[in-house]
Amino acid sequence: MTTLAHTLTDSGTMFRRQLLHLRRYPSLTIMLIGLPVIFLLLFVYVFGGAVGAGLGGGRDAYVDYLTPGILLFTVAGAVAGTAISVAMDMTEGIVDRFRSMAIARASVLTGHVLGSMVQIFIALFAVLGVALLIGFRPTATPLEWLAVAGVLTATAFALTWFAVALGIVADSVETASNTPMFLSLLPFLGSGFVPTETMPSGLRVFAEYQPFTPIIETLRGLLLGTGIGNSAVIALAWCAVISGLSYVWAKRKYNKRAAR
Amino acid sequence: MSTTVTTRPAVSVAGLRKTFGTKTVLDGIDLSVTEGTVFALLGPNGAGKTTMVRILATLLEADGGSVRVAGHDLVRDAEGVRAAIGLTGQFAAIDKLLTVRENLRLMADLNRLGRTEGKRRIDRLIERFDLAESAGKPVSLLSGGQQRRVDLAMTLVGDPRLIFLDEPTTGLDPRSRVEMWQIVRELVAEGVTVFLTTQYLEEADQLADRIAVLDHGRIVAEGTPDELKSRIPGGHLLLRFAEPGSLRTAASVLNVTNRDDSALTLQVPSDGDIATLRAVLATLDGVHVAPDHLTIHTPDLDDVFFAFTGKPALEES
Repeated sequence: MTTLAHTLTDSGTMFRRQLLHLRRYPSLTIMLIGLPVIFLLLFVYVFGGAVGAGLGGGRDAYVDYLTPGILLFTVAGAVAGTAISVAMDMTEGIVDRFRSMAIARASVLTGHVLGSMVQIFIALFAVLGVALLIGFRPTATPLEWLAVAGVLTATAFALTWFAVALGIVADSVETASNTPMFLSLLPFLGSGFVPTETMPSGLRVFAEYQPFTPIIETLRGLLLGTGIGNSAVIALAWCAVISGLSYVWAKRKYNKRAAR
Repeated sequence: MSTTVTTRPAVSVAGLRKTFGTKTVLDGIDLSVTEGTVFALLGPNGAGKTTMVRILATLLEADGGSVRVAGHDLVRDAEGVRAAIGLTGQFAAIDKLLTVRENLRLMADLNRLGRTEGKRRIDRLIERFDLAESAGKPVSLLSGGQQRRVDLAMTLVGDPRLIFLDEPTTGLDPRSRVEMWQIVRELVAEGVTVFLTTQYLEEADQLADRIAVLDHGRIVAEGTPDELKSRIPGGHLLLRFAEPGSLRTAASVLNVTNRDDSALTLQVPSDGDIATLRAVLATLDGVHVAPDHLTIHTPDLDDVFFAFTGKPALEES
């Protein structure tokens, strides 16, 4: 077999391992769905009236405005699970076993990324379902839905590789559960929950230039027909850069790091 | 599939050095392990045993020296080394969320065995390691001894010709320890080379063909168990007497190495076997003296270290 074939076979094996974890440990997935659903309900029913009025609509308008941000919040929260499970592998003996076997080096990391992406999409479907139940009314065509799936895949791919790197460099599982937390804040410090124009100038500059805002604007444009402009290009560029740097970082640290 | 030359060393190490920061952990190690034998690296915590195994198993890079493992150069052909070895470390290298069978399946897939061959080996290992009852249970529910067996079974799925066992019985109860020894003996009978580390002289004595004593990153003694034991004066009988008269009489007929008049004790060299014990008691019978109390002291790691380094085997934090 060629090196490429080995890499594919081993990554597939590691992916199956992660799918078994998902099945054996569903409580993590449920938790990853629960938090964004709570935030969705909280923001729509507690703040939605007031914020919706400020946007020139009502609660219904706010459900539409909020949902793309909540979808990204779901992805950002779910990758904390990735960092935790990578850190668990790194702090237990199993990683020494993998590293001392003649297998494709990065396959264990690829397995984590693919498994997490399955988990993220389960969570996204659940959260989107709740949003539709409480009044989210997207206007997207089938082609646009496909593009939404593409943007979310690119985002999930980038953030899971980033979380894999965070999981490897963390010195304990506890650290790994904390470091990705700032990702969950980014949708708030962008256009996820309120328009950036309503923010004070310093924060507004940050909000407009951080990677989550173009991603959210692209999703919003595809789902609801608002203007996308150059957001899509910037969003995909961010995803490519984050994926690339995180992959290189994760792989280097994985090769160097000795468990315990 | 390969032509095995029996005289080829499974592991050969020359001038191996490793430092962490300013601390020298391995300070010029030379050793050679013959194929099909058991080699024990004996030493206390902090001696560098685990570092040694991690380097040989390609998990750590050495700072100097040359190493060949299973015929492959450790630096130039790490992948070749990995394909030939199996490692069972001190910490259970198992996936605790998976069942026993799923863990073994994972190893079969990573060894790219194919479905039929993989299942055949898994079934055989489950039977051999007495894991049939727990095969469907998550590994986290098994006892420490069972987990260690799963760990070793996982190592064996790939049918390695050289196995590193890093403190295979540390933390196990006596029964699990004896079971682990039995497994090691069976592996050797099948022609597998075993490189093990241990803190227990008894374990090295029971299993190894050759023992190297590691202290502060240096090999301070090497040889067969008998060679080493003959150089350790630690084994003795301790005889206590009821009154000074008996002590004096006994001391006059026995080969005494240490006499304590206030405690009324005598030390007589012995490797703990029955013959020596019988001879000592018979000699005492001959002069109509019976000891009040008798204890057999077999040499332990402390005696080894005292013999070879002049210092007890102090643990380093």
